[in-house]
Amino acid sequence: MTREGIIRLAVVVVAVAALEAACRLGAISPTVLIAPSAMVDSLWDILVAGTHTEDIFVSFVDVLASTAIAVVLGFLVGVVIHAWPALRAAVEPLLASYYAVPTFMFYPVFIILFGVGSGAIVAIAVLLAIVSMISATLTGLDRIPPVLGKTARILRLGPVERALKISLPAALPHLFTGVKLSVAYAFIGVIASEFILSGAGVGYAIAYAYNNFENRTMYGLMLLIVVAVTVVNTLLDTIDRRLQARLRR
Amino acid sequence: MSLVRSSLAEPSLTVSEPITMVPEDDHHARLVDVTRVFTPRGRPSVHALGPVDLDLRRGEFFSVVGPSGCGKSTLLDVLAGLSAPTEGRAEFEGQPIKGVPPGVGVVFQEDASFPWLTVRDNVAFGLKRTEVDAAEVKRRVDYAIGFMGLKSFADAYPAQLSGGMRQRVCIARTLVMQPRLILLDEPFGALDQQTRLLMGDELLRLWRETGATVLLITHALDEAAMLSDRVGVMSARPGLFIDILDTGWPDERDSRIVSHPRFGELTARLWDRLREESLKHLNND
Repeated sequence: MTREGIIRLAVVVVAVAALEAACRLGAISPTVLIAPSAMVDSLWDILVAGTHTEDIFVSFVDVLASTAIAVVLGFLVGVVIHAWPALRAAVEPLLASYYAVPTFMFYPVFIILFGVGSGAIVAIAVLLAIVSMISATLTGLDRIPPVLGKTARILRLGPVERALKISLPAALPHLFTGVKLSVAYAFIGVIASEFILSGAGVGYAIAYAYNNFENRTMYGLMLLIVVAVTVVNTLLDTIDRRLQARLRR
Repeated sequence: MSLVRSSLAEPSLTVSEPITMVPEDDHHARLVDVTRVFTPRGRPSVHALGPVDLDLRRGEFFSVVGPSGCGKSTLLDVLAGLSAPTEGRAEFEGQPIKGVPPGVGVVFQEDASFPWLTVRDNVAFGLKRTEVDAAEVKRRVDYAIGFMGLKSFADAYPAQLSGGMRQRVCIARTLVMQPRLILLDEPFGALDQQTRLLMGDELLRLWRETGATVLLITHALDEAAMLSDRVGVMSARPGLFIDILDTGWPDERDSRIVSHPRFGELTARLWDRLREESLKHLNND
């Protein structure tokens, strides 16, 4: 493990230990926050008893669907914008200011369009994630060194072969950054939307537990999301770093 | 090698005959009255090159030197089929150049290795697309990797290599295709002087081994004087050949000829022809 990694781990361990101590010693009331060890207990019980298996399944399927749609659609839109400079000049300022718009305010529109449930949730998550993929695609295609294009011509590659064997792998590290961001935004979009737009899913279950004063269940589910997001992000980050390392010249 | 060259002890230092007088059989690649004018949208057109005539003799090592922006790379692009002449004609092996002709390999100044492939896969990339069978691909790739001194790095990625080694990967990738005309656009421009000299040795070895015709674009007068059979000196933009020097070096030469008195004379001669043109370029800036 690197020095930075050890320090990072130490910071997390110290913070969790401090929280554990504060809860155990009564400095924090269990009606406000339960001890981290109790959260782990709760999560274990939830997973073993299977009380929220369907919620977990629904949320993860929605995250997966949102990510897949955002990545594929974002990539295709990015390619079209990149190929059409006039369109790019027109829409780039809109893309740059996109994240200033609070996407969640459109939820009534999505309820009208898709009804309450996965359709509206996935739509909001895609809306949240897609622009990061479009931007990553534009960056990736911009950063392909022109000399690789010349090399493709010297090797007499056709347009499809050039796109698949040169452009795509050359842009891949940047595209993967877009995938990573899309996953993060998809998680945010799905879990947050489930609070207001759903009768199922982990977000809905957390809100339900909160409304019914089931602190133990609520924190157990919160821990589940934190662990899932951390594991997925760490995995994607590892792949991302390997891809970026290959780009260093 | 069909050309007869004089020995190192008695190098001829005469300006060659006019290039249009090359015997017909010796023509390998040829530019006739080639002009290249760029007309960027909304901006005034730029007359980059010509009209120039050039005859590359089969199997010779020809270098082009000239001030920055004089159209050296444009000349190479026309010969490579990457850019069509505005006027005049370009030929390779008697055929007009339309697009990149088979049998032409190019090494660029910029690192053109594919960072997502290992050295071995980089070298094999172009060859795998041809009809050459797998055993022959392996044989040629192994040979090129060995020839360029990359054997210990065959499974490494370009990011793990120095700039000089990445350039060797690009040369090896060109070498496996067995090109009959190798065009090099300042391939050692980003390397330090010692590495450049050693890479020059490897280039000479490659040239002798393959018997290919080589055209080298370079800023470095010493590099041109050391490596070439002939050196073409270009004027400031629009680039024209103002002189062609015959170095007279023997085929079996290497970087040790830099200590030969004639090497200094050649370099001085090149600079003498180039100085005024470089000043013109500087004053135009």
